[in-house]
Amino acid sequence: MQEEVLTNGYELVYKKPSTLTSKPFHYCPGCGHSVVHRLLMEVVEEKGIQESTIGVAPVGCSVFAYDYMDIDMQEAAHGRASAVATGVKRIHPDKYVFSYQGDGDLAAIGTAETIHTVNRGENILVVFINNAIYGMTGGQMAPTTLLKQVTSTTPYGRTHEQMGYPLRITELLAQLPGAYYVSRHAVHTVNAVRKLKKAIEKSFDYQKLNRGTCFIEVVSNCPSGWKMTPLESNKWLEENMFPSYPLGDIKVPKDK
Amino acid sequence: MIRGTVVIERDICKGCELCIAACPQESLGLSSSININGYRFAELIQDNCTGCVNCALVCPDVAITVYRQPKSAIKKAV
Amino acid sequence: MEQTKEKTGTSKSNNQALLMKGNEALAEAAIRAGIDAYFGYPITPQSEILEYFTAEMPKRHGIVLQAESELAAINMIYGAAGAGGRVMTSSSSPGISLMQEGISYIASAQLPCLIVNVNRGGPGLGTIQPSQGDYFQATKGGGHGDYHLIVLAPASVQEMADFVFDAFRLAEKYRCPAMILADGALGQMMEKVVLPEEGSLPKTEKPWATVGKPATRERNIITSLFIDPEKMEGINKQLQGKYKLIEDEVRFEEIALDDAEIALVAFGLSARVCQKAVDISREKGFRVGLLRPITLYPFPKQAISNLADKVNFFLVVEMNAGQMVEDVELAVKGKRPVYFTGRMGGMIPTPEDVAAEIEKLVHSLSLSEVK
Repeated sequence: MQEEVLTNGYELVYKKPSTLTSKPFHYCPGCGHSVVHRLLMEVVEEKGIQESTIGVAPVGCSVFAYDYMDIDMQEAAHGRASAVATGVKRIHPDKYVFSYQGDGDLAAIGTAETIHTVNRGENILVVFINNAIYGMTGGQMAPTTLLKQVTSTTPYGRTHEQMGYPLRITELLAQLPGAYYVSRHAVHTVNAVRKLKKAIEKSFDYQKLNRGTCFIEVVSNCPSGWKMTPLESNKWLEENMFPSYPLGDIKVPKDK
Repeated sequence: MIRGTVVIERDICKGCELCIAACPQESLGLSSSININGYRFAELIQDNCTGCVNCALVCPDVAITVYRQPKSAIKKAV
Repeated sequence: MEQTKEKTGTSKSNNQALLMKGNEALAEAAIRAGIDAYFGYPITPQSEILEYFTAEMPKRHGIVLQAESELAAINMIYGAAGAGGRVMTSSSSPGISLMQEGISYIASAQLPCLIVNVNRGGPGLGTIQPSQGDYFQATKGGGHGDYHLIVLAPASVQEMADFVFDAFRLAEKYRCPAMILADGALGQMMEKVVLPEEGSLPKTEKPWATVGKPATRERNIITSLFIDPEKMEGINKQLQGKYKLIEDEVRFEEIALDDAEIALVAFGLSARVCQKAVDISREKGFRVGLLRPITLYPFPKQAISNLADKVNFFLVVEMNAGQMVEDVELAVKGKRPVYFTGRMGGMIPTPEDVAAEIEKLVHSLSLSEVK
């Protein structure tokens, strides 16, 4: 094998998880989506739960999430992923079920489904990618778009008078009794990636307890939509997104 | 120093440079040539990789496989 | 008189008849059909279905969930059907409109499920009274894209129960969502019903379902997204091919048509009105018969075409502004005149209204010789 020749007897310390398909990601250079895909599948591989994990993909840039994750998956209509995941989980209460959704999907068109899924305490993991923009349709304003942020539908910057305020839906959801574990993360640095993976691991463990919904927000970037290089987008993320969307646990289980 | 190396799958790399920024050893740089998709790709530019895995952790395209000198080999060298 | 008895899938455990509301008979039949889950949202005149499940399922088997909206309910159906469950939802007209997005996705993803529409008058919020105003929506697709549902139209409380079994049998045979298109009167009225036997509907294999991917097979993906137009057209062709096959499942009932010179065509509650109108008209000496489509999709085109060679004219009776009449006209292909009479907005035509219309048409057409 080519790699063995190259590595000259070195030990393998990191490789792509077997639970990702061989298809290269279609995402733009530097996009955080595929990092989150990979972490989910790393956890599924390490826990050995490929056979008992069912995912639900959203509408948005990650509409083809099921092309990359080598597990049974369903593609939901825009905003309805958590309702679809509810249907799957109710049929297979012993399986691990997660939905993967963006900010437009989860916090605009799917707000009702999101809130009620968490309020019912569905025993699923909801992964919420917040990059403050509609990436797939060309960079329009999202519910999480920051004030003054320029998008293709807020060309002069978002104003609350016209378009309301950035929706901090994660804080809102954390107030619901059905929410068991709510945490906000990022994937812009090595440390952030490691922390997110831990959170995903915990969420899968919690799902076995049947005590409510696990909700992980990932504050992510959109280099194309923000019209920046990937490195610039990660800097912008730290400087502009984190003040509105601070990282860390928002609700942790009290009954442990 | 622990020695390591990376294998970067050049044709799926999109040249986002996140790995370059994440590398504490400044081992990585962008190629001068382009891959099949027209991207300049990340490559090792110095032989000082420690196999710390940072580049692979932030790589959005899972293009990087990381190898490290076995611990036994380090002892032998010492 | 039903032409296709072999197509009914129900077997009765005993002949014990019960007096039940249409909505409740339908819900009880669904439990007996072994449904795994029901997801729904209250709306008049079908809320008894949800209420029945919430009362019965905890004592028996299956999941019942009152969703936050019809949108959520139909997407729970999508998830649960995709996961291999035998699942159903029910609503009434405005709620069914809300579900159309999800129904289109379910049709495209080729998931079997049952959707019950206890039709009320519209458009808009309309009225809670019975109507057949959703015929177009039910039979022509309803949502976006090229698709159809299998649509069964009951005309009695007995059929409200029996058609649950038939709908699941067809939906699972063809991996196609099925709809029972009833109306507010059928849902609310009480009649004698002999319920289908519990457990008499066998479970079907669903190797395509998302149940978790074992190492031994490729992953199962439930999706309606085929971004490559050639692939999408391939899916379209597959669906159309399926609909062609489904035409074999056509069901209709013929009443007093052997010697008929005038054919009434009506479905559901209107057909019951027409059955009485046939009696009244025949007493007056008019040779009137009735063709009742039982499956609205597939539509009994051939039966109506055949009838066009025998009768002098058609009168289509509906509780809407004239919807199925268009399908009758297409089937008749101009061979005979096709007339329409109907009531809208929750009004039900009386047998006397229909008989009077027949008499009026006969006289105005100078067809008194048909007497």
